[in-house]
Parts: sequence; C-alpha cells; structure tokens
Amino acid sequence: MLKGAKTGVPLWLLGFGAVRLRTDMNRLLSLLFHQGVLDEQFLQLQQLQDQSSPNFVSEVITIYFHESEKQLRNLRHLLLDREMWDYVKLGIHLNQLMGSSSSIGAKRVRNICAAFRGAVEQNNRSACMRALEVLEHEYCYLKNKLHELFQIEQQRVLGDAVRYPGVVHQQ
Amino acid sequence: MSFIAILKILRLFLKWVFEIMCLNCKIYGLNGRLLTSSKMKKANWKWKRLLLFVLGLILVIGFALFLFSGVFRMKREVRTTCEDKSLVLVEQFNVTKDHLHELASSFYESDQISTLKCTKKLVDGMSMQQEINCALKVPNHEHKLEIWGQCPILDDKAVPTTIPEKHAVEHSNSLLKLCMWALFVVTVCSPIPCLWKICNGRMKKKNLAQSYSSSGAGKLIMMRLLVVFVLFGISISICLFWYLNDGIQFRRKETLANMCDERARMLQDQFSVSMNHVHALAILVSTFYHGKQPSAINQTTFGEYTERTSFERPLTSGVAYALRVRHSEREKFEKEHGWTIKKMETEDQDQTLAQDCDPQNLDPSPMQDEYAPVILSQETVSHIVSIDMMSGKEDRENILRARASGKGVLTSPFKLLKSNHLGVVLTFAVYNVHLHQDATPEQRTNATVGYLGASYDVPSLVEKLLHQLASKQTIVVNVYDTTNVSAAINMYGPKEVDTGLLHISNLDFGDPARKHEMRCRFKQRPSAPWTAILASGGVLTITFLLGHIFYAAIKRIEAVERDFRKMMELKGRAVAADTAKSQFLATVSHEIRTPMNGVLGMLQMLMDTNLDAKQLDYAQTAHASGKDLIKLINEVLDQAKIESGRLELEAVPFELRTILDNVVSLFLTKSREKGIELAVYVSEQLPEVVVGDPGRFRQIITNLVANSLKFTQDRGHIFVSVHLADEATRESEMKDDVLRKILTSVHQSKSNTVCNSNTLSGLPVVTRKKSWENFEKLSGNDLERETAKIKILITVEDTGVGIPVEAQSRIFMPFMQADSSTSRTYGGTGIGLSISKRLVGLMNGEIGFVSEPGIGSTFSFTAVLMKKETNSTDTVLQQYHPSTSEFRGLKALVIDCKSIRAEVTRYHLQRMGISVEITSNFDSAHDYRSASDSADFSMILVDQEVWDKESAFAFLSGIKSSTKLFLLANVVSPTIHDEVKLANLVATIVTKPLRLSVLISSFQETFNVENKKVVARRKPSTLGSLLRDKRILVVDDNVVNRRVAEGALKKYGAIVTCVDSGKAALERLKPPHSFHTCFMDLQMPEMDGFEATRQIRKVESEFNEQIKSGEVSTDLFGNMGQWHTPILAMTADVIQATDEECIKCGMDGYVSKPFEEEQLYSAAARFFESG
Repeated sequence: MLKGAKTGVPLWLLGFGAVRLRTDMNRLLSLLFHQGVLDEQFLQLQQLQDQSSPNFVSEVITIYFHESEKQLRNLRHLLLDREMWDYVKLGIHLNQLMGSSSSIGAKRVRNICAAFRGAVEQNNRSACMRALEVLEHEYCYLKNKLHELFQIEQQRVLGDAVRYPGVVHQQ
Repeated sequence: MSFIAILKILRLFLKWVFEIMCLNCKIYGLNGRLLTSSKMKKANWKWKRLLLFVLGLILVIGFALFLFSGVFRMKREVRTTCEDKSLVLVEQFNVTKDHLHELASSFYESDQISTLKCTKKLVDGMSMQQEINCALKVPNHEHKLEIWGQCPILDDKAVPTTIPEKHAVEHSNSLLKLCMWALFVVTVCSPIPCLWKICNGRMKKKNLAQSYSSSGAGKLIMMRLLVVFVLFGISISICLFWYLNDGIQFRRKETLANMCDERARMLQDQFSVSMNHVHALAILVSTFYHGKQPSAINQTTFGEYTERTSFERPLTSGVAYALRVRHSEREKFEKEHGWTIKKMETEDQDQTLAQDCDPQNLDPSPMQDEYAPVILSQETVSHIVSIDMMSGKEDRENILRARASGKGVLTSPFKLLKSNHLGVVLTFAVYNVHLHQDATPEQRTNATVGYLGASYDVPSLVEKLLHQLASKQTIVVNVYDTTNVSAAINMYGPKEVDTGLLHISNLDFGDPARKHEMRCRFKQRPSAPWTAILASGGVLTITFLLGHIFYAAIKRIEAVERDFRKMMELKGRAVAADTAKSQFLATVSHEIRTPMNGVLGMLQMLMDTNLDAKQLDYAQTAHASGKDLIKLINEVLDQAKIESGRLELEAVPFELRTILDNVVSLFLTKSREKGIELAVYVSEQLPEVVVGDPGRFRQIITNLVANSLKFTQDRGHIFVSVHLADEATRESEMKDDVLRKILTSVHQSKSNTVCNSNTLSGLPVVTRKKSWENFEKLSGNDLERETAKIKILITVEDTGVGIPVEAQSRIFMPFMQADSSTSRTYGGTGIGLSISKRLVGLMNGEIGFVSEPGIGSTFSFTAVLMKKETNSTDTVLQQYHPSTSEFRGLKALVIDCKSIRAEVTRYHLQRMGISVEITSNFDSAHDYRSASDSADFSMILVDQEVWDKESAFAFLSGIKSSTKLFLLANVVSPTIHDEVKLANLVATIVTKPLRLSVLISSFQETFNVENKKVVARRKPSTLGSLLRDKRILVVDDNVVNRRVAEGALKKYGAIVTCVDSGKAALERLKPPHSFHTCFMDLQMPEMDGFEATRQIRKVESEFNEQIKSGEVSTDLFGNMGQWHTPILAMTADVIQATDEECIKCGMDGYVSKPFEEEQLYSAAARFFESG
C-alpha cells in the first residue's frame, strides 16, 4: 500500500479505499439525514438506480441543480424587481422548486420553500428576502454536500471498477 | 326668554349630534376596509342609543312645553274671570241701592222682562282703556233683585304701574334673578370638574388602548351627552320655576292693581256724586235764598231739606251755608240776624266745623274786610251757625279758592271734632249772577254772595264703600292726601305694614289743587310659590331619574361591551386553539404519513427479497402494524378534517348496490376466517343509482361492518340491509318482504330479542326497530315535496358480544371504547364510530343503535341522497356489468330453510333479472317440480345448510341436465364437496357472501365454459406484472419529478414517455394513440392537470361520437369500443380534498407524488386488471 501511495497514483485507483469510501459515504448520508437536509425520498431515489440506469441518482441530481439554479436566479430577479411584485410568478417558481426538492428528498430546501411561499402569500417582502437568503444558503449547503457525496460515489465506483476483477477472483 | 334658551340648547344638541356623526364617519372611513358586519351591527346599536337619547330629550322638552302651555291657560282664565261683576257694574254706574230698587220695581210693575244694555267707555288718567259692555237682566218673576253682568274686558296695555312701584318690583325681581343665576351657575359648574375628570380618564385610557378608541369615544360622547342632558334638564326646571313664579307674581300684582283701581274708582265716583249734590244744593241756595225777595229759605227750611235729602249725600256729615258779609254790612247783618259774627276758635285746634262747644261762648270775630258767617246749616251742624268761616285759616283759603274757581274745593284733611275722624270740607261758592264758564276770578269774586260747605267723613266713607266689595279681607286700603308730597296725610286705613306688594291708585275728587291717592296692600305676605316649586321639582326629578337611567344604561352597555369583547377574545382564542389543534392533527398525521410510507415501502421491498420464514413473519407483522398505523392516521386526519369543517361531501352518481358489494368483498376474507355469514340486502324500492358521496357512504358502512366483524366471534352473521326510510315507518308502505319479516317477528316475540329462526343465521338478534326509535325525523315526509331527494335507512345487524349498557352512552365519542379492556381485546382506537356519526350528520342523517350484551348489536343510520333520472339506470348498470343481461329472463329455484337468507339470495338473483322461487327444503321443492315443468328452472341454488344427501339426490336425480345446480356455502365443507362429486352431479360451489360479480362469474363459468378466462384473470398480480410493457405517458413540468417518475415506472417494466406540459400531453393523447395510461401532474403552468384532463376527455368523447356514427372504423385500434385513457393525478398535496376534484374533472384516481408502491398498484390495478 505504501508503495502504491508513493507512486503518486491516487489511493482509490488502486481500490484500497473502497471500504473507507463506503463508510465515508454512509457517514455523510447519515449526517445529512440527521440534519434533516435529506429525507427517505433520497433513499427511494437511490433504490431506483440499478444496472439499467447506473447513473440515475447523479443524473437526477444534476438536472435538479441545473433547474434549481435557474429557479433561484428567477426568484432573486423577481424579488429584486422593486416595481413589480409578481407573486403569481414567484409562486410558480417556488412550486417548481418545491416539487423537485421533494422529489429528490431535499427536505430542508423544501421546508424553506414552503416558508417562502407562506411569506409570498402574505405579501411580506422582507420575509421573502430573508427566506430567499436562507434558501440560497441551504441550497449551497445541499449542493456542496451532494457534490461531496457524488465525488465519493464516483471514487467508489471507479474503485469498484478497478477492484472488481480482483475481487471477483478472490471470491 | 326661556324659548330662546331652549333654542340655544337645541342648537347645541344638534351640534353634538353632527359631531358624533362626523366622528363615527371618520372612524368608519378609516377602518373602511375592515368594516365587517359585526361592526355594522355595533354602529347600528350606537345609533339606536343615540336615538333613544334624542327621544328622551324630546320627551322632556314636550313635557316642559306642556307645563308651560298649562300655565298660560291658567293665567288667561284667571285674567278673564270676574268675581264681582255685578257689584262692579252697580258701583260703576253709581246706581245706588235705592235707584236700583226703584228701577227694578218699575220694571216689575210694568210686568215685562227688560234687558238693560249700556256701554261705557272709561278712559282713566293712567292711559288704561277699558271697554265695558254690560248686560243687565232683571227677571220679573222674582221679588229679589238679581243682576247678571257680562264684562268682556279688553286690555290694551298691561296693568299700569307707578314708577316707584315699578322700581320696587324690579328690585325684587332682580334679586330673584340673581339668586336663580347663582343657582344655575353652581349647577352648571358642579359637574364640570367631574366631566373634566372623566375626560381625562378617557384620554388616558385612549392613549393606553388605541384599539378601543372608537367605542371609547362613543362612550365619552354618551357621557357628555348625558351631562349635557342633565344640565339641560336642570336649566329647564330652573326656567320653569322662574317662569311660573313670575306668572304668580304677575297675577298677584295684577289682582292687587285691579282691586285697588276698582276701589279708587268707586270712591272717586261716589265722591263726585256727593259733590254734585252739594253743588246742586249750592244752586238751590242761590236760587231760593238769593233769587227770591224775600228769601224763600230760612234756617228751618234749609235744615229740614238738607236733613231729608241727606241720603243723597251719604258721605257728608253735614252741610252749611255761609253768607258773604263785607265789613261795611256787618253791623246791618248782625242786627238782622240778632247775633254777632263769631270767630272760629283756633287755640287748641286748627279748624273745626262741628264744634260741640256752644257758639255763644265764642268770641266775636275781630275786624276784617269781609266775613263768612254761617246762616243756614243742617241740623247735624247747627252749632256752627254764626261762626265766621273766614276766620279759620284752612276755611278761608278754601273759600277764597272756591269763589275764584267756581268749583268745589277741598280742604286738607283734619280731625272732625265730634267723630274724631279725619274729614275734609268741600266748599262751593254761590254767585248772585249766572256766570260764564270762562269768567275771570275777579268776576267770580265779585259775584260771590255766599259759600256752601259740606264736611266729608273720609274713613266712614271708605269703610262703607269697602263693605260693599268682596275680598275686603285680603287687602289693606290706605287713602292719602298727597298735596304735600313730602308729608302725605293718612286719611283712612291702619298704619302701613310692609307686606311686599303695593299698588297706588290716584284719586281725583274734582279739586285740581288737592291730590289724593289710594295705597293698597295685601294683608298677608305672599305664600311660597308651591305650584312653581312642585312643577320645576318634578321636572328636575324626572331629569335626574332619566339621567340615572341613562347613566345606568351606559354603564350596563359598557359592561356588556366589555364582556362581549372579552368573550370575543376568548372565543377567538378558543377558535384559534381548535383550528390549531385540527391543523396540528392534520399536519402531524401528514408528517407521520410520509415517513410511514417510507417504512412501509421498505418493508414491502424487504418482503420481496429472499427472507426465511421467520424473517418474513416479522416483516409481515411490521408491515401489518404499519398499515394499521396508517389507517389510524387516516382516520385521525378524517376526524380533523371534519372538525375543521374542511370535509365536503361530493355529489356524484353511484350505484348503491355495487358499493355494498364492494364493502362485502372487502370483508370477505375476514368473515370467512371467522366463519361469520355476511350478507347484504337492498330493498327493491331503492333506485339503482343515487347521487351522493360514495366514498364517504362506503366509509360509514365499512366502519360499521368492521366494527361488527370485530366484535362478532366465530358464529352468527352480519347483515347489512338498506331500505327507504318511509318503508320502515309506514306499515302500509312496507312492500318489502324482508323488512316485513324482520319487523313482524318482533311482534310475535314481544321481548327485546328475536329468537326464532327468522334471522339470517338463526341466532337471536336484537330488535332492530329500537335502533331507530330515537331518530328525530326518520320519515322522509319533509322530503316528499323535494322529489329529487330520498332518505334511506341502513341497518347493520350482528350477533356479536354487544355493548355494555353503561358504555352505550359514550359509544359515539371519539377515542372512547366501550371499556378500556375492549381495546386490549379487540384493538382499535374507537374513532371509527365517531367519524361515522359525523359523516352521517353531514349527510343530513342520524345514527343510532340498539345492543344487548351477549346477543348482538344493530346499528342504523339514515342518509339523505339524491335521485338520479331513472332512464340512465340501465346504461349505468350495463357499463359496470356488461354481462348481466345475458341471464335476464331465466328462472331459478332457491332452496333454503332460512327465509331471510333465501330473500338475500333472491335479491342478488333478481338483480340479474332472474325470477326466483323459494322453497324451504327439498321435499317442498318436489312440489315445484311436479306442479310445473321443472325445465323452467335454469338453475337451482341450494344452501349448504339444507344439503341432505338423501333428499337432495332424490330431488336432483329427476332434474334435467340443463338445469344447473349451485351450492351456496360460507366455507365449503369438504364432505359436501365430496358428496356432490360422488353423486356425479355437476354442481358449482358459490362461496358466500354473495356478490353480483361472484354470481355472474360463477354463472358464466357454468353456462359458458369459454368465459373461464375471466375468472382466471382474478389471480393476484404484482405491480411489476401489472405495469410490464405498458406504455405510460408522464406529464410533469418539473424535470426532476419527471425524471424520478420515469425512473420509478421504468423499474416496474413500463415504457415511459415524458412530456413537460399539458398541451404536449393533449397532443400525445389525441386518439388514436398507443398509451395505456397517463400520469398527470396537477400543478403546471399554463395548463394545469385538471384542465388538461378535461380537454383530453373532451377530445375523447368527440372521438367516441365519431366511432358511434361510424366515421372512424373501430377495427383499426384493437377493437376498442370506447376511448377512455386512464389518467392518474400525481400530487404532493393530500390534505386538500383533491381526490374529489380529480374525479370531478374526469381523472380516474390519484397517486401521491413520491410514488408509493401499494397505492400505485391499487390505482393501476383498477384499469389494467380489467383492461
């Protein structure tokens, strides 16, 4: 192992860190669950990933982030537009964001969206701004964590791929 | 003056009212947006109070005015009444008693009634004009004289007052006014600090609580109004007192003036009459003494004449004639008469006319220019003969004035010697020639030949006069000689005592040089003005009473308002708490549901994996518990929904009998496991299709049946029967056999239970009639007019353990079990019945039960549903069960020993159009076979209970092969099965409970073997098998959701196509297309799920029309008779009753958005199983 490490090749490439990566991933997931960032819907999403669609989760999450960026941009734009208070549009965007968040199991984002919607319904601009800030913060947090998760996942997959032949042989 | 004050106060009041108006307007203007009905009510109430106030004020003002007018009238009356008219008349015309007598007697003699009318205009010096019309009537039939007088007195001017009198009155008035004003100011000022305090308090309060400002201001205004009102009342009472007192004073003064003037006038008149007589006497003397030579009168004649005519001069004590004798003629005169002219004694007294001393004792008169010795005298004053009148100072002056003026001249009053009364001497000059009116004093002096004097006794004169007048006791009269203003001489009357009012009337005795006046006073001081005091006191009392009432009312209103606010606050809090509770329940149940779904999903997946028996058992237990929990949560959610009033019943047409079949099939397994017979029966009177909420209706029945099933152990039955409410109540309308049988059996047994065989399972049941005895309006009488509505009565009868009597009262309370042990034994939360009760209430029905421990319970409820047009019945039935028509017209024989069970069988068969005969056993069945052609019976249905090998075989051997045999059994007993098989009979076993679908499939199986596939289809299938190779369209605008749904559905083998908008979906789903189903998101921009579905349905129906009309060939598209793509809604929102909404717009169901396997399965199974 040490030799391998010294070669400069990343450790996971050698398939050594598989167990650790898995532990890391689980720890991260449990942390996210504990914090309430994610809920069981994320697990169900993971269940849907199988041989026929190996990258299902990351695909969905990528779409989610892509869409959400747009939504958030729109939201910010709408909120900063001082003259127009188009709460119908705000509501549509929020609904979309909320729907997709609940689909991937981003619980906290979803909850903030709900609060946001409440603020929009009450026509409370300052509350909206606050909610948007919290939402963006939460969104960034989610994004970072999920990226982290996917990185580990990717490493693991790569590691698996590297390791598989060997493992198969061993079994 | 008082009117101006009233006007001012009125103006002030109006100003107040306007201010209030403005204020209120302002308040409401500000709160315009928040103006609610309750506020409106409040405003109304305020205006009502104001109105009350105004009314009260008007009342008081009216009362005051009434009092005023009353006083006016009184005054007028007083003014016009004339107490002593006749006397006045008598005196004014100077008609002495004798004259009147004479006059009267002359009228009497001439024997006729006469009226004397005379008009006199009298203008006195005080510019008082009085017109007196008098009518005198003297009746002839009475000896006694009666005089009526009419005196319309016209007063041009108020009663005149002399200046000093005026001053006095004004002085007293101003004192009174001062007192009044002081009182008024005190009364006005006294509440001001109080008011100020109140204002301050209000202001502080206002600052403290701005929210109540409007009502506070209102109250403040009310208080101010009250204070103003009380002040107004006080001022009114003061004004009233003032006014009344004024009136009384005025009347008093007027009365005094009237009386005084009257007396003065009379005195004056009498005096002038007397004077005329004396004048006449003077003329007589001049005519007969001086005119004749020798004179025709001597002392004797004169004395006699004067004595006899003394009645003409009742006031004179005596008359005497003094001759003018010049000094040159003195001696001649003295000689002629034989006595010397004597001097009037002036040592001890000034003047005396009547001296009791002897004139002989008097000294002879000293030498003078001329003398006036008395030569002729009345007998009463004969002693003054020969006394020189010129020698007395007063008399001399008098004589000189008299002869210069030619008129009667009076002396100043002096004491008459004899009577010791004050008297005056009237002197007339006698001239020797007739003088002109405008003769100069010198001429008169030269022509004078003598002087006639008459002494008047003033006190007796006045006394006599006053005696003739009424009310002499009330006033004191004084007569003064005021020639010398500084030293007036009291001629008559007692010493003056000041008793307040004083009236002075001037007297004119015909001598301009002398001034006399009459002063009248009341004997007593005026008594307190009780009328005024009482009236104003009354007004004051009323004001204070009203004020107190209003004050109390305001206080009360304030208290009530405070209470009301408090109550509103409490109510608001209670409502908020209730809402919060419901919200909490809903949220919590929703929040619990989400993770529970996860748990259940995982468990389901876990069970799909390879587990050993033990693990599977654990997993299954966990799954079952989870399901129970979900069910409980759903129930709680329902309860919360109902409590928060968010549950609304829908009105869709549904088939009652199918619903009941569904319920039965739901409990099929359980009832079979327990060995309980489960049956439904629907009366023929009920229409096939009714309009209502099938989901909730089913929920009620399911609850009741589940409840019954839970408490029924291993034997007996559960019997659900549906009737019209009218059927149960009216004997005449009891057309239904089953109901009649059930109800009549009660009459036989009379006890609380029915223990004959007339029940479904033969076990005794409770009297079901009692379960609806307490219903308030069981009969649909009130609905009869609304023909569109029907009231149905549903009873669920079981033979369970029953409910303990003590627990029966709280059976419908939520979370209440019969007793705590029940939940331990049977489980459950006890919320089901409570929900059922509420649902029944929502359906305008009632629920009740009767229960007997050890025998069973019967639950009944009524529900009001709507009828649907009957013509559509067939089509609906066809739609659901396309194959019922194929058995129409067949005949069947039912062999069953229990009549009710047989009726149930008959009910099901009749639904398919099969005519049914019933017999109780095989022996009696023989009769049917022999009596009629048994070939008529296409089928014979035999209950398992009556199965008896021998008799059955005996009966069945004779029937035709075309007649099919069906064996009805709860649980198929293997022995009978074997027996049937052994007998080589073709018998199909139909497992109870009977349902239409089961019967149909059994019949189809028997009659058409090729239809077996249909039955075979009923094998359980998994989601995977259901969805495999199905083409599914997913419609969602959210790309993430779309992707997730796609992934989930693909997992079950479906071929998924995604579109991102309702429009695209519409495009894709335009028939003909190849999609099996569509999952539709509800919340989409532009065109949401509902709208998209509606449009799709529209397109489909148009297409169907085309197929019907043959425009489009059906063959092309897999022989699809009808295009109806199942559309399932995908929603994340379960709590809002979107379910109903989905169905309304043509969707076939809904799945919650993170897909749940079970739900997805159950939703999908509805189409793919049959499709």
